[in-house]
Amino acid sequence: MSFNIYKVNEELREFMPPEILELEEKATWGNPKRGVMDLPYAKELLEEHSLCAGCPESDAFRYILASLPNPEDTIIVNSTGCTSLVFPHIALHTVHSLFGNQNAVASGIKRVLEYRFPNKVKDVVVLAGDGATVDIGLDCTLQSFFRQEKITTICYDNEVYANTGGQESGLTVKGHVFKMAPKGKQWDKVPMWQLAIDSGCHYVVRMTVSSPRRVEQAVKKAIYVAREVGPTYIHLYTPCILEIGRNSDEGLEEMKLGDKERFAFFEYMTPQAEEVIKRKKEEGLI
Amino acid sequence: MGNNGTYSGVNKSGQKIVSPDYLLFEAPREKVFMTGSEAVKEAVKRASVDASVSYPITPQSEAAHLIGELWVEGYVGVYFRGESEFGVMSEVAGCSMAGARVITTTSGPGTLRAMENFPMWAGSRLPIQLVLMARGVNAPLTIQPDNLEISFLLDTGVMIWHAENAQELFDMILAGFVVAEKTDVHVPIITAIDGFFISHTRESIMIPPEDIALPPYNPYTSPTPIIDAEIAPGRYIKDPFVMKSNYISYATHASWQWEVRAAIERSRPYAKHYLKGLIEEYGDPEAELVFVASGTAASQAKEATRMLLDEGIKAKVVKVKSIRPFPHQELLEATKNAKYIMVPEFNIVGWLEREVRAAFYGKSNATIIGTPRVAGGMTMPPEIIYKDALKILGKEVSYVL
Repeated sequence: MSFNIYKVNEELREFMPPEILELEEKATWGNPKRGVMDLPYAKELLEEHSLCAGCPESDAFRYILASLPNPEDTIIVNSTGCTSLVFPHIALHTVHSLFGNQNAVASGIKRVLEYRFPNKVKDVVVLAGDGATVDIGLDCTLQSFFRQEKITTICYDNEVYANTGGQESGLTVKGHVFKMAPKGKQWDKVPMWQLAIDSGCHYVVRMTVSSPRRVEQAVKKAIYVAREVGPTYIHLYTPCILEIGRNSDEGLEEMKLGDKERFAFFEYMTPQAEEVIKRKKEEGLI
Repeated sequence: MGNNGTYSGVNKSGQKIVSPDYLLFEAPREKVFMTGSEAVKEAVKRASVDASVSYPITPQSEAAHLIGELWVEGYVGVYFRGESEFGVMSEVAGCSMAGARVITTTSGPGTLRAMENFPMWAGSRLPIQLVLMARGVNAPLTIQPDNLEISFLLDTGVMIWHAENAQELFDMILAGFVVAEKTDVHVPIITAIDGFFISHTRESIMIPPEDIALPPYNPYTSPTPIIDAEIAPGRYIKDPFVMKSNYISYATHASWQWEVRAAIERSRPYAKHYLKGLIEEYGDPEAELVFVASGTAASQAKEATRMLLDEGIKAKVVKVKSIRPFPHQELLEATKNAKYIMVPEFNIVGWLEREVRAAFYGKSNATIIGTPRVAGGMTMPPEIIYKDALKILGKEVSYVL
């Protein structure tokens, strides 16, 4: 693939929307060292978004999209939920198929891309909420880990089905009162990061998105390991400030609390993953 | 493809690429004795298939095993067992979005478990081929033949062809890819058979040599951009995301639904060519007693037609090969002399009778009778069809079972 395909046709330039022209002028394509530090200066892959004001998911989107080492050859597979409302605003190939089958769709995409383009790097990244990843889609999620699919799965854990109006999810904390759990949730939060380890992921991280640089590191590590070794999993706390009764400027504060409590930074890697991460650090890519 | 319409070169499996017309109509054929499942394998072997994902369910498991063997032999690029029918239909969707020619198989309850995927395939314009080896649906648990599940698929926005025997299944699988992948069609194709009756019985079929194959799928002929990151980025997703509550969104979604259905309609001329007609007629062209049937019910109706002739009663069978698109005009033409139209079926709901009634309403004076109808795995002896026909005609029933 040539980067010339990102060039706007001169004869059509006057008709092109400004955000497309900006993509051509200020995008960070073709530079694997791109990262969150480019955000103030470069063209973002996320134009606008339809999430609530101050939603931590929107921060997560910006950090993740800025950290993809290979956006020009990355396909993002998402699922139904708040996240899916953002994907029409992203300047990347994204797929929304159904609710909960994101890891299955991603498996098919990844395997066929490897078959069709054996000499090219094509990254497939799954991005979905806790309902899609851990409830309705848990089977597809875990089975893709069992099958050692070379994909990165990122779960936005806001501990609730947010887009449907605040129902208890598998990742809701025990005792928390949400819709459909009017007496408080009766079971423990599913330890998804641990399930990911037990199911064969080679790099697993649990964290909040309070620190952009840390998100960048995790995303890059996860994608490089998935590319060479096997499945990787990133568990991000992106609180739904609306459903937990916080103001729109309190998301960061909520996540910083999370950094000290149940979302304290946790990182796991297999020896194969460690070897890849070490090599990529030496190459200056992480 | 060359400028003169000829094909040259070999596919990834090293088979010589030939035109669909050559493969289906002109290539020399050899008679072999095989099951319907083996016929699936032989068709896939000549179809330049890129990917297949499988999940076990009787009676389709054997066909899925055999596609796996083709993967080992190098005829299929990607193959694995998925986690469930829902997972498999999602995985083949991913394969198709990434540019693969893809085939999978399922049966009975698996079809219903996977159901959410079929409208998604159609809405995403994915030319996936599903070989449906129809079987009963729970409860109670059954593995017996019954084609009730086709009823559920009728309105999902996919093409559906119904094969009568292994020969037709073989040819429909090859034709299915060709028609489904036409740029102006580009929708999923379900090639259905009545499980066990076809999948597990051995019959003589004629097949072309194994060293020739269909031209490979060219994903860049898709009417929607393909997800392989080989095109420029932009604010774009594969399926139209139209959840906003405004009239532009409503109109977009409505027009997309019409477009999917219009795409199926556009498959008619191609299907007529490659299937040699959307219907097939058997018996006395002028007969007043007409059986409209699909799948193995057509075979049984043909046998009943022969029995009726012994009684001096002229009858004919109009076999429906394509259920979606439904051959309204062809059926009306083929039954213009009919006084009685009988619709024998292997299911309890009588989905073909509904289709025929809808097509004929206000357009035909024939009496439409949805009989006989069997379900739960029962066979449909031609004597039953014969007996019902005599009763309808007011004749004495001289011999039956």
